[in-house]
Amino acid sequence: MAEITLENITYVYGKGAPYEMRALDDISLIFPAGEVTGLIGHTGSGKSTLVQMLNGLLKPDSGRVLLDGKDIWEEPKNIQQIRFRVGLVMQYPEYQLFDETVEADIGFGPKNMGMDEEKIKEAVARAAEFAGLSPELLKKSPFDLSGGQKRRAALAGVMAMEPEVLVLDEPAAGLDPGGRREILGRIREYQQKSGASVIIVSHSMEDMALYCDRVLVMANGKLVMHGTPAQVFSRAEELIAVGLDVPQITRVARALRDAGVDIGLDIYTVKFAAHRLLSGREFK
Amino acid sequence: MRADIAFGQYYEGDSFLHRLDPRWKILFAILYIVVIFLAKNVFSFVLLILSAIFLILLSKIRLRIIFRGLRPLIFIIVFTAIINIFWLKGKTVLVDWWIIHIYLEGLVNALLIVIRVVILVAGTSILLTYTTTPIALTDGLERLLSPLAKIRLPVHEFSMMMTIALRFIPTLVEETEKIMNAQKARGADFSTGSLVRRAKALIPILIPLFISAFRRAEELATAMECRCYTGGRGRTRMNVLHSTWRDLVMLLLLCALGAAVVLINIYAPGYTLAM
Repeated sequence: MAEITLENITYVYGKGAPYEMRALDDISLIFPAGEVTGLIGHTGSGKSTLVQMLNGLLKPDSGRVLLDGKDIWEEPKNIQQIRFRVGLVMQYPEYQLFDETVEADIGFGPKNMGMDEEKIKEAVARAAEFAGLSPELLKKSPFDLSGGQKRRAALAGVMAMEPEVLVLDEPAAGLDPGGRREILGRIREYQQKSGASVIIVSHSMEDMALYCDRVLVMANGKLVMHGTPAQVFSRAEELIAVGLDVPQITRVARALRDAGVDIGLDIYTVKFAAHRLLSGREFK
Repeated sequence: MRADIAFGQYYEGDSFLHRLDPRWKILFAILYIVVIFLAKNVFSFVLLILSAIFLILLSKIRLRIIFRGLRPLIFIIVFTAIINIFWLKGKTVLVDWWIIHIYLEGLVNALLIVIRVVILVAGTSILLTYTTTPIALTDGLERLLSPLAKIRLPVHEFSMMMTIALRFIPTLVEETEKIMNAQKARGADFSTGSLVRRAKALIPILIPLFISAFRRAEELATAMECRCYTGGRGRTRMNVLHSTWRDLVMLLLLCALGAAVVLINIYAPGYTLAM
């Protein structure tokens, strides 16, 4: 499936004005195909700007965005085609629902792609299933759904285009713990079944630890860390220095080490910690 | 996007004009408009130009900003200038070719009208919007109109509505941008196709925008009630407006300008405006 490469991306807001701000500063990285990548960073670190680069909502001031090795801005007229391949779910996507029925709303993307009625119906049904919406909800007005259902409907609206890359900006923000698990679980499931690359922006270190294969850390428009969750979360001091945190269980592991029981600092999920503790090793 | 709306925007500062009492400023703006329309003679226009330069210097606002505020007027300026140049008849013929007759008087008249429009817009913007926060402006307006409350006009409510509306312009602009991006991400296309198609393409933006505006209104109403807002009656103010010596100085300066313009109109020779 598709791979996105960023080459020396720089983006400046309000160029020339007194409030000029360098949101992205010479960023180069690869989002490999078939992986879930987590993007973390303090508020204002440039995460949302970066995310909008990936599907061509923003055009970099310098540098290139490559989708499978092809510059997405090669033909600016066809940027729409890029947006069908790179699906973006914005923050609080439920506020963008507009159509009369949930079904029609989810079908908005496929309709823009030029699919015929029959195919749209299939795509909508599939996306609704991925997002965990029961078929009877499809006939309802999106405004009659509960908060969590609306979020899932909005998610389905992007999944229905069957993007090769799925980008989600804070997909679980403002949901209760059950809703969080459900949404993130659905995304993971979509990734496994479709083989798409998934990029998730989040503030929750726990979610990153649980659902991501790789974690990127941004600060002040720059990429400061990059690696597996274990690699990134074992560098707690640096994370805290850029205004972030480590998962709670990593803190527990650090406290244990300080107390004389070193179970390792590469611990980032409760499951893994339990596994390590029960492994029968002696910790000193 | 916000950078595009220069006309009607406030610019942070601490100049003589920024510190004037907003009630007076509204009156000054009206007075200035009257003076601008009183000016008929070429020499009184020179005086007007000097007064505008003086205002710009007083406000410490950069020229670039002021020119940017004038940009939306280019069409009106060019249009009135052309009408004046080609239609006004005078004594001194400059060009007389085929159906085109241009007179010196027409040219001068066009120039004066353009100056009038430019000073009108730039002057009132400098006096009011550039140097007064929208909140101070509505506050001043409310106080100026407060006598009307005696005849049961809801002056406070009107000004509160205006304040809220002004406060929410940037919020709604931001919201619109977000929704547009979200729908673009689903392949919506706002810039191509026939007029009908483009109008239809706005539905996915307008519906969420209205819904969120209503939601915001309801939340705001609840928040205001939580803070025991009951309207204007018996409400005291945190910032009570005071007139200072600055307001008096400005008033005297404007009166002097008005008097000078009237005197020049009556006594000075030279070309006089035709309209």
